[in-house]
Amino acid sequence: MELTQKNHMMLTGNKAAAWGARLAGVDYVPAFPITPQTEIVETLSRWFAEGHMQGRYTNMDSEHSMFMAAGAAAASGVRVFTASSSQGIQYGLEALHTIAGWRVPLVLVNVSRALATPITLEPDHNDVLSLRDTGIIQLHAETCQEVLDYILMAYRVAEDPEVCLPVLVNMDGFYLSFTREPVVLPDEAAVREFLPLFKPSQPVFQASEPMARASAVFGGGNYSYFKIQHHLAAQHVENVFRQVVQEFGERFGRFYGAVEPHRLDDAEYVFVMSNSFATKGKAAVQRLRKNGIQAGLLKLSLLRPFPSQVIADALARRPKVAVIDQNLAPGMGGILYPEILKAVYRREDRPEHLLSVIGGLGGRDIQEGDFVHILERLDQPPGDDPLFLFDEKDLKQFDQLRQIAGFPKEARVP
Amino acid sequence: MTATVLDSLEESKYKKITDLNPKEEIAPGSALCAGCGGLDGLRLALKVLGEDTLICNAAGCFTLISVYPFTPLAGSWLYTSMSGPVPAAQGVRDALDIRMYKHGLDKKEDLQIMVVAGDGATYDMGLSPTSAAIHRNLDFIYFCYDNEAYGNTGFQQSGASPLGSHTMTSPNTPGHPAGSERTKKDLFGIWTAHNPPYAATVSPREPIDLSNKFKKAKSMKGPRLFICLSPCPTGWGFDPKETHLIAKLAVDTGIFPIKEFVNGKVFHTKRPRKRLPVEKYLKRQKRFKHLFEPERRDDIIAQIQNNVDSYWEQYDE
Repeated sequence: MELTQKNHMMLTGNKAAAWGARLAGVDYVPAFPITPQTEIVETLSRWFAEGHMQGRYTNMDSEHSMFMAAGAAAASGVRVFTASSSQGIQYGLEALHTIAGWRVPLVLVNVSRALATPITLEPDHNDVLSLRDTGIIQLHAETCQEVLDYILMAYRVAEDPEVCLPVLVNMDGFYLSFTREPVVLPDEAAVREFLPLFKPSQPVFQASEPMARASAVFGGGNYSYFKIQHHLAAQHVENVFRQVVQEFGERFGRFYGAVEPHRLDDAEYVFVMSNSFATKGKAAVQRLRKNGIQAGLLKLSLLRPFPSQVIADALARRPKVAVIDQNLAPGMGGILYPEILKAVYRREDRPEHLLSVIGGLGGRDIQEGDFVHILERLDQPPGDDPLFLFDEKDLKQFDQLRQIAGFPKEARVP
Repeated sequence: MTATVLDSLEESKYKKITDLNPKEEIAPGSALCAGCGGLDGLRLALKVLGEDTLICNAAGCFTLISVYPFTPLAGSWLYTSMSGPVPAAQGVRDALDIRMYKHGLDKKEDLQIMVVAGDGATYDMGLSPTSAAIHRNLDFIYFCYDNEAYGNTGFQQSGASPLGSHTMTSPNTPGHPAGSERTKKDLFGIWTAHNPPYAATVSPREPIDLSNKFKKAKSMKGPRLFICLSPCPTGWGFDPKETHLIAKLAVDTGIFPIKEFVNGKVFHTKRPRKRLPVEKYLKRQKRFKHLFEPERRDDIIAQIQNNVDSYWEQYDE
């Protein structure tokens, strides 16, 4: 669809998320503030108070309480939205595992922000990837438009009778949350056709249908049954998502996929990236191409379930691939790297060199020089992973802080 | 509550045991311990509340009430987590309200939401979300089965463990002759400081008092607390057949005051005329055995007695 003055608004990622909830006809928002997410719940609070949204907005006392309320409400038959970030996700982690196991459909937005300690505000993905093993579906957005579109699609996925799981839409704090971009707001009637009002496919709490939910289970075999069922439902999301993006594309003219290949066809060098920094990666690809270097990029959108086959196909016969993890598992490395390695491991057409790169921690920028540095490493024989995007300039800057803090000796590369 | 409502409740009060609803809302045969005082309290409560009740349960002994694929309840059940039942109650309450006013759900489909939690979840981990829910004026009943320790994990000290009681994490030793060295947190006081519409303490040994309190609470809206002293044969160390005797002694010694909070005032609904010495209660339980053997710890017993006496002095007429 062409952007015109009439059909789009300039929206921050947070405002786009709020619009996603509003257009989805959300009934219920339990909320708790946290930077850089707060603008979402402030906006929704106002829209409920002014009557633009019908239902209820409840100020909760913590993220743990917020996620419990969200899950319980979804188990009671209303369409639920909530949002959090970083420490909030950590505080609510037990509740998130719990409600994922309840198999309830709802949508939550995470505005990525690096985790303490040290406490900071800017993004990386350790917060959202700590939900890697919860069985919550994850969609990662590159643009404010994607934030809105993914929320609408997320409800279709979450509420699918063969899925019944929470879906998380991720956006980067600051880079998306506070950055205005042109966003096409779909027509409400068209959204309602794509996403009708919520009709739960499972029994919900009401007097005529007494039931026990989330009862204890004894015996590893019985426990395994529930967990494997959860796994199969999560895996099945790949099929559901494929159908949903197809229908969304036909209705709204914006087509998505589990991954987005960018100039991969003849690419000799590939950057694997996700979220807002994928835009920086695409810009780097353009500049490298101008200089005659055949670069490309694979953007990861659907992180859970992990679309191994799609990724292996996209990377097939691409000789040199760098997986840029904006996260760090200390003592292990990048979190997504082994997942991608596993995806391509059994394939004969797998990349010759799969480099692990750690960058963008705590919002540290990834600049053109960094991409060039990655190419140089891809040209060297494999070994010595991961490559940290942390250079002399970073070191010099930190050294100044150390001097102020009273450490006279120069900082060394960690 | 208005005087007329209270008057009409007064007239319809249960007066004798045969007045109670004969219908059981919780079937026998759960995996809970024999002689569990808390389960008896819950059974009596549900006789009043009826089957249109959803229990939001906290991790604790009562997790074992519903083990897949069984539930002994006529009503509904949602297992949550240790500090999760109150916010879960919020979610269900909000959802039912939304469905009734926005989506035309029949009011007959409405449920009474009741949080069921042990003293560990109540006095310790779940206190902050509970305080917030009272502040939000959440329409729910809170039923705390209080056996004065983390029972399901094998009886460790909680914020409800009384002075002089032995638990697995506050053992009595020569250096710590009392076992638990702190007095019990005043949960009733914490709740009533929030000025809720209703709060009460109940005992399974006083079924008529308990039932009348639930009847009163049922006619109200907003946050309503019940602390049910729950004699625990396994953790307290007594024969399961003595549950009611122990519960009775807790009331008769004045250790567990039976009271309620209505319209900002506290009333004692079962005031012991002449309090028995606390020793009568303590002696029958293994968790207090070290106060009597190998030698009597008169100092600690006296301290427990003093605490009880000074509590009641506040209310002496």
